[in-house]
Amino acid sequence: MSNVTLSEAPPGVEGAGFFATTLDKAIGLARANSLWPLPFATSCCGIEFMATMGSTYDLARFGAERPSFSPRQADMLLVMGTIAKKMAPVLKQVYIQMAEPRWVIAVGACASSGGIFDTYSVLQGIDEIIPVDVYVPGCPPRPEAILDGVLKLQEIVKNESLNRRNTPEYKALLEKYGIATSNG
Amino acid sequence: MDKLTNQFIVDNLTGKFGQDIEILGEPYDLLTVSTISSRITELLIYLKDEESLRFNYLTDITAVHYPKQDKEFAVVYHLHNLFQNIRIRIKVFLDGSNPTISTVTNIWKGANWMERETYDFYGINFEGHPDLRRILNMDELDVFPMRKEHPLEDPNRVDKKDFYFGR
Amino acid sequence: MSSPITKITPNRPVFEDNDPQDELITLNIGPTHPATHGVFQNVVQIDGERIVSGVSTIGYIHRAFEKIAEHRPFYQITPLTDRLNYCSSPINNIGWHMTVEKLLGIEIPKRVQYMRVIVMELARIADHIICNGILGVDTGAFSGFLYVMQEREFIYEIYEEICGARLTTNIGRIGGFERDFNEVAFQKIEEFLERYPPVLKEFEELFVRNRIFIERTAGVAGVTPEEALDYSWSGPILRATGVDYDVRVVSPYCSYEEFDFEVPVGTNGDVYDRFMVRNAEMYESLKIIRQALDKIAKEPAGVFHADVPEFYLPPKEQVYNNMEALIYHFKIVMGEWETPQSEVYHAVEGANGELGFYLIHDGGRTPYRLHFRRPSFVNYQMFAPMSAGMLLSDAILNMSSLNVIAGELDA
Repeated sequence: MSNVTLSEAPPGVEGAGFFATTLDKAIGLARANSLWPLPFATSCCGIEFMATMGSTYDLARFGAERPSFSPRQADMLLVMGTIAKKMAPVLKQVYIQMAEPRWVIAVGACASSGGIFDTYSVLQGIDEIIPVDVYVPGCPPRPEAILDGVLKLQEIVKNESLNRRNTPEYKALLEKYGIATSNG
Repeated sequence: MDKLTNQFIVDNLTGKFGQDIEILGEPYDLLTVSTISSRITELLIYLKDEESLRFNYLTDITAVHYPKQDKEFAVVYHLHNLFQNIRIRIKVFLDGSNPTISTVTNIWKGANWMERETYDFYGINFEGHPDLRRILNMDELDVFPMRKEHPLEDPNRVDKKDFYFGR
Repeated sequence: MSSPITKITPNRPVFEDNDPQDELITLNIGPTHPATHGVFQNVVQIDGERIVSGVSTIGYIHRAFEKIAEHRPFYQITPLTDRLNYCSSPINNIGWHMTVEKLLGIEIPKRVQYMRVIVMELARIADHIICNGILGVDTGAFSGFLYVMQEREFIYEIYEEICGARLTTNIGRIGGFERDFNEVAFQKIEEFLERYPPVLKEFEELFVRNRIFIERTAGVAGVTPEEALDYSWSGPILRATGVDYDVRVVSPYCSYEEFDFEVPVGTNGDVYDRFMVRNAEMYESLKIIRQALDKIAKEPAGVFHADVPEFYLPPKEQVYNNMEALIYHFKIVMGEWETPQSEVYHAVEGANGELGFYLIHDGGRTPYRLHFRRPSFVNYQMFAPMSAGMLLSDAILNMSSLNVIAGELDA
């Protein structure tokens, strides 16, 4: 008897020996449950992320077993901690290096808005340089909150249309941040 | 060896440096003296090497900005005698227009980054420093942000206008 | 300011005149690199596997703490100190409170001092767990890290009982604590003293005589005491070289002079010795906590702050219902308190070394100048010079055993 829980199948038509659903939903399901995180940890929130990856909270339960330290093989960029203006180009570079589809979670007050550091040297939120999908509040957020952010992102990933990354709206979004789109 | 006292240090230093040493007081038992910028290297070497003083450990170097004073900047050194556990604070007041002082990296190697940090924040020029560059701030920054005339917040922010808050 | 400082441009390359004839490779490590556990950039020139020279670039999370501190009243600076060395925030918090108390001349009751000692030693253990655990990970032993991280979670639970937060604790207030330790907190501390030593023992046995670990660490990055003092090192890495400088002993604060503990020192100053010194310090911290608990039992119960209403923020329910408390609250928050114009330097033994606060006060609402003497900043500057001649893989171990915390490094 295994205690592995299977994720629920997306809505579709079921019959004897077959199951039909849309391609979006099937791919979304697969993507959502195998998000490979790229931890971009700069400060305090990174320590809480260590706790999240650790045995007590265990992010691996949600399909994020393998932290990818190479941007090329990651889907989910977790930005944890203060991003100073000196760091901003590095972060943007990392985002550009990631392959599509890519998602971003801003963990903590500093990554979301600059937090308590309203100073000349701190970037007031990473959404000034890259698009963000989920914001996790807290200074630092508890591991439960980080897990919640990942679960929220999974919902977004599940329901994302396959065509979204090719739409003019998406290209316009990236161009707003000055990021060149690769496929035309 | 007798326990080193602040009084002994004061007598010793005034005996050696005379007019160039000024005793600023002993706030919370930490002897504070000031000297002129031309003799700081000599004073620190003396404090480090003199048999009866032996302040062998450089705790910290920093600076303070007093915009209203005649001499705008104070460079502050904290030394520690680890043998007898006694600390001393040395201040050097510098002119505001082009604050310059000689480096102490040849006495303590650890002074390197402390001086770079002080330069980065206050623009104090440490003459003879091997690598006087900005350390914490971006190279492109063209002001010395810890000086009192500069604001804390980024003056170029566009999202904090009163307009957005109905003011 | 004269011109905008929002422009974002990448850093200049450090070695611009790289001669293609000398066959050296310039390698950029960082600022985000999984092996560095933080935002450190080192541009090194390597000859094969061996580092010839290196240049460190820091400041990637510079947040201008000292500038912020000039704009905040004393009690609002405590959350800033949390974010210096976030692996052991309570030491920073309490160090800052003690600096202000020294300035204001506040006498702290013995029981509060012992409570502070407990919290600080717990923080020291939590910090050393991270450092030694990560050193294990870097040598290839991941399991030990997961094992001790559970105990770290338990320390967080104790923090939560005491102050409600896990990592950035903002623990205590000027004059004491915001509330007494509750029963559960005391129970959990007792439980921690019970359950941690066997875990630590097992963790230690995993490494101490492990052939792989010894060959990776012993004799790596050895530092002589003279060099270490020349670079103003402090903390466990200085003690690993054999210098018994510990602020808790040489300038005792918080009644540390009443406690019976030893200062472990090493002989070679190499990575192995640093690991052993940190390990031994955890045992000493446990001893200190045990003694502090015994001492608290002898003190009158229920004392958790000094009787200084003009500096200690009153509890909120009193502010709402009690005229006097409201006045004090108003005075403290608006900064209309009588404070001496003076300057004070206070140092505590942080988990990484001497954490100093140099406070210049002009009697106003905020400090005139507050400078943090940050051990990580001072300790890290030797990294690039000492890496010359070292293997690249050894340099990574050296970095993780220095335990440089990015937040403290860049302030």
